[in-house]
Amino acid sequence: MNSPAHDIQLDSQGKLRHFLSVETLNREILTQILDTAENFAGINDKAIKKVPLLRGKTVANLFFENSTRTRTTFELAAKRLSADVLNVSMSTSSTKKGETLLDTLRNLEAMQCDMFVVRHQDSGAAHFIAQHVAPHINVINAGDGRHAHPTQAMLDMFTIRHYKGDFSKLRVAVVGDIAHSRVARSQLHALRTLGTKEIRVAGPKTLIPSELDHLGVKVYTDFDSALDGVDVVIMLRLQTERMKGALLPSADEYYARYGLTTERLKLAAPDAIVMHPGPTNRGIEIEGLVADGPQSVILQQVTFGIAVRMAVMSLAISSTEISQAQGKFA
Amino acid sequence: MSSVRIDNIRLLDPSTDTEAPVSLGIRDALIVDSDTLTQPDTVIDGSGLTACPGLIDLYARLREPGHEKKGTIASETRAALHGGVTSVVCSPDTDPVIDESATVELINRRAADAGAARVLPLAALTQKLDGQQISELATLRDAGCVAASNADKPIANAAVLRSIMEYAATFDIRLHLVAQEASLSNNGVMHEGFNSTRMGLIGIPVAAESVALGMIMELAGQTGASVHFSRITSARGIDLIRDAKHRGLPVTADTSINHLLLTDNDTLGFNSLCHVVPPLRSPRDQQALRDAIADGTLDAICTDHAPLDPDSKLAPFPATSPGISGLDIFLPLLIKLADETALPLRKLIRLASRNPAQIIGREPVRLQAGSVADIVLFDAEESFICNSAEFVSKGHNSPYHGLSLRGRVKHCIIDGKHLPLGV
Repeated sequence: MNSPAHDIQLDSQGKLRHFLSVETLNREILTQILDTAENFAGINDKAIKKVPLLRGKTVANLFFENSTRTRTTFELAAKRLSADVLNVSMSTSSTKKGETLLDTLRNLEAMQCDMFVVRHQDSGAAHFIAQHVAPHINVINAGDGRHAHPTQAMLDMFTIRHYKGDFSKLRVAVVGDIAHSRVARSQLHALRTLGTKEIRVAGPKTLIPSELDHLGVKVYTDFDSALDGVDVVIMLRLQTERMKGALLPSADEYYARYGLTTERLKLAAPDAIVMHPGPTNRGIEIEGLVADGPQSVILQQVTFGIAVRMAVMSLAISSTEISQAQGKFA
Repeated sequence: MSSVRIDNIRLLDPSTDTEAPVSLGIRDALIVDSDTLTQPDTVIDGSGLTACPGLIDLYARLREPGHEKKGTIASETRAALHGGVTSVVCSPDTDPVIDESATVELINRRAADAGAARVLPLAALTQKLDGQQISELATLRDAGCVAASNADKPIANAAVLRSIMEYAATFDIRLHLVAQEASLSNNGVMHEGFNSTRMGLIGIPVAAESVALGMIMELAGQTGASVHFSRITSARGIDLIRDAKHRGLPVTADTSINHLLLTDNDTLGFNSLCHVVPPLRSPRDQQALRDAIADGTLDAICTDHAPLDPDSKLAPFPATSPGISGLDIFLPLLIKLADETALPLRKLIRLASRNPAQIIGREPVRLQAGSVADIVLFDAEESFICNSAEFVSKGHNSPYHGLSLRGRVKHCIIDGKHLPLGV
């Protein structure tokens, strides 16, 4: 048996309607997102940081899991596109009173929202929501379980392209807790689709998910070998709760083997950049001096995040508006 | 006295090789020589139809008592007839669980009232299926339970399991066990492999099955318990069972029709209709299961029927309830499996009728004089598009919805009683 071939992220014209996962999107669409973000990055440097692309639209931020950075940059992105923004903190609202996810969505639809930005603890939640929303609503995945965090991956790709240019010449290492990371999964798909020369992952076997090598990446358990000559080092956040069971013995042992220190960074290419999706755990996965050092682009990632989220939102809305203009939903 | 004669019927019986259309006579509960029926009460024209022994499903959840919004004994036993199933071995995971003879009596009474497929309950191995306190297994057997089972809840404590095996062996009670090491399958929602990595879903490793199989077989060998493994899913599991059979251990095993037709690839796109436990595994595992059907390592095929209300599947994948509703289309799915594997349908029917009968210690039906008259008449050529909304089962949760299937059940005869199906 085969799953349906149609990708629910795309409309009938092949344009981005929802942004749920990087995995099934082609290079053309990923490049379009990066190019569009390039234009918005210019706006964000100006004194008046607003364009009217989403004027009259309502964007609802539905965060079933707590987040500061992602929610804030989505909110800024929507406001700079002139949208009205509704922040709904789902962890304190009606779902706690037993309302199902679907009921919550129906109510927000009834309030005539146009776009849902969703973060949820269950893998597949954004897909589920996209399958069940009214046809005029766009869904943007702001992180679902361990599955995907596609806007984070795209802002990382934007950062890499900005500093390093052509992906086909780059060696990139993604380091740390791949198993529990939606960020890493989305990054690996994006790096592959954009034609990265060599993708390496590094971590202890307890943090490397099953059959990861099928993704076209090279798996290292030795950090030093993985760092050898790379142009980009992406460090992942290590949740402290991973130290409680049998996955890892202690923060100290982890830092000694997989922490990015000034000394270790010398193994990478001399002009290598250091990235991290944040929030960083200094002294656990990265040395403070490295995070604040000249090769770190961690704060630039945050800035670019606004432009990339503006790009994704405006692309999704425009595909829906074109469809509506053509009477697709009539 | 009631009598039925079926004329011009082609027989598909694992115990005979007759191909030419014949007449079958039925008087009361037994098959008789059709020549002895001069004035039958009912005559069925079997032209274009095939008769096979009624199918016996070794594992189905009927949901009653306790979960009637998902299914009732009446709804599910009627659904069974449409799938060619005349006897349903039902899971003890009801509420209350089947750990007292009063519950067995209730189920038997409801099944008799429904007047559809026969219900053969499994006793809960432990009280409330808590995995600790053994149930009154001998009493439950006397009340009509065909075997004892841990349903989908593995016995986590090896000492408890060993003790249960010794007790069951004392009274010659067969154990139907699902092999899942709970600490390894914990929280998992699908097969651990590349697809679980891609979707970020928590995987259930093959080792959850193989570790449990190793432990159960070791304890069975030492205690002399007779064990049937329910719903084996993996190539490694098949290897272990094949070895055990070579060593002469008295074990049998089944898998579900879903594990033979679907793989973890079917869960891609977060298709929660394919969320089942034990999970659908890789195509390589599926091939091993199919090979094990062919070479006899697997003894039976069950439905693993799990009817659910619509809300149970309307959530993000990890939050959905596992299960596929399968009774309505069991026979068409066996025909599909025959088509996909080139295994003879006769053989697959054997794994869903004769072999399950032997596993639960009942006399297998033969389509010849003297046998109990549990018979299914179906049109093997009638094609249809599977529409799960039309299932007689209360559970419409089916990944086969929209699929083109072949084979429609037209009549069932159970204990000689004729039950025509209006399709």
